Amino acid sequence: MLKISGLSKVYPTGAAALKNVSFSVGEPKVVTIIGPSGAGKSTLIRCINRLVEPTTGKIMLDDVDILALNRHDLREARRRMGMIFQEYNLVERLTVMENLLSGRLGYVGFWRTYGRKFPAEDVAAAFALLERVGLSGYQNTRADALSGGERQRVGISRALMQKPDLLLVDEPTASLDPKTSRQIMRILVELAHERGTPALVNLHDVGLAQSFSDRIIGLRSGEVVFDGPPEQVTAQVLTKIYGEEDWSTTIRKVEGESGKPDKPHSESEESMLRESLA
Amino acid sequence: MTTTPSLSDRGNTPQWHRIRTIENPWVRRGLVAIALSYLLWSMGSIEINWGRAADGVPRAVDMIVRMLPPDFSRWGLLFRGTLESVQMALAASFFGMILAVPVGICGAGNLVPKPVYLAARGFIILSRTFHEIIVAIFFVKIFGFGPLAGVLTLLVSSTSFISKMLAEDIENMPPGQLEAIRATGASFPQLLVYCVSPQALPRYLGVSIYRLDANIRHSTVVGIVGAGGIGQVLAASFSRYDYDFALAILLTIISLVFMGEFFSNWVRNQLR
Repeated sequence: MLKISGLSKVYPTGAAALKNVSFSVGEPKVVTIIGPSGAGKSTLIRCINRLVEPTTGKIMLDDVDILALNRHDLREARRRMGMIFQEYNLVERLTVMENLLSGRLGYVGFWRTYGRKFPAEDVAAAFALLERVGLSGYQNTRADALSGGERQRVGISRALMQKPDLLLVDEPTASLDPKTSRQIMRILVELAHERGTPALVNLHDVGLAQSFSDRIIGLRSGEVVFDGPPEQVTAQVLTKIYGEEDWSTTIRKVEGESGKPDKPHSESEESMLRESLA
Repeated sequence: MTTTPSLSDRGNTPQWHRIRTIENPWVRRGLVAIALSYLLWSMGSIEINWGRAADGVPRAVDMIVRMLPPDFSRWGLLFRGTLESVQMALAASFFGMILAVPVGICGAGNLVPKPVYLAARGFIILSRTFHEIIVAIFFVKIFGFGPLAGVLTLLVSSTSFISKMLAEDIENMPPGQLEAIRATGASFPQLLVYCVSPQALPRYLGVSIYRLDANIRHSTVVGIVGAGGIGQVLAASFSRYDYDFALAILLTIISLVFMGEFFSNWVRNQLR
């Protein structure tokens, strides 16, 4: 159970990213946060595990006061929160299995980490997760050889390896094509429900948020302007979150899977571009 | 005469212009003028003595004639000098590699607090300030002639070079990977061995091997101020006008540097 109250964040530049945000997330519920770019979605997610230090407010994970923790206790609290990123953020030169096992780093010591000597039950759990997300046989593949969708499956598995009490998910599909996006969201939601882990998901795609979440929070300029079930997201609500626009084509709920094939090269092109820039 | 429509329309087209590196035309032309006048002034003030330059030509011819054929008869001395140079290079590279790891990590702004970063960067900049020859002169004054001064000189430059490259490599890592590993609750040492090391190791090894190759070249230079190795033998042969032996040494250095270069390229290709 995550309970946020009066959370604010002012960056050193003076920009107020979050203004008095309060809500709670409990039971196996998938809560998505939607809002325009710069509304503070990423800041909000990162404040919860203190990758960004909030300015004021209170964050309670069960009975742990996250903002009162010292460095050591913060590490223990971070173990309980699995994080999933837009850019996957896998360690590129490590294998899929090593990336999954990195979810256990909070529980093993330095020399075990150095020698990759993880407990047998962790390795077994990793193999089970690989099978669950459809990546069996990929354990020895290096992360930089994977496509975007595969990388995000590894990213999800890494977060779940932590056996977290909460999933923090930052734009999990923003770098993926529409079909892969839906597959990833489906896996994420299924796993969250299977394992009874609540998930807080940033999304910029309203359609995706409506199809996959139990509850939607609308953020605008750092303030919560909507909090309710997906069915209540109407044109007026979207105008309140994003501003005036013709919403008639956005609200339509996408039911079936679109039958269009994947663009097979888009992701490898993107990674090649990134490599050539590096 | 035909009036082109583009000309008659000119009054209505919006103006466009290129963006110049230096926008102010007066500053731009002024800088060119300063550069040109400095060039003219310096030509006048250098005072090249053409007579002495002309005298040098027959001396050069004489030296080349006396160099030929190269004299390899003192091969024992040559071999010992070469071996000493290679050993100096190896020792300096090896310990430089080890010392560069902590310095490089402390010099990576995305890993350590600001004071540590500034201290490490300060050390790196300071040890790069002086050319190896100057550092070598210092060490020769302190520890006397011989390879110890040479090894220490090369060690200073190797450490600062490898740690600078390592620090920059770590700073260029995508921040997301570090963030993700931190978010799992990993400790700082775990972050180093599970995220930084796999990403930075191949380049670190490549840079270190490159440095070994560079150290072989530099070890021949620092010898000239008395810091041991083949360079010291070379300096001695020049001062005794043993030009044929000097040529033998130069040929040895050339082949040594070639071998170092090939070895370093080969290893770095294996690392990819």
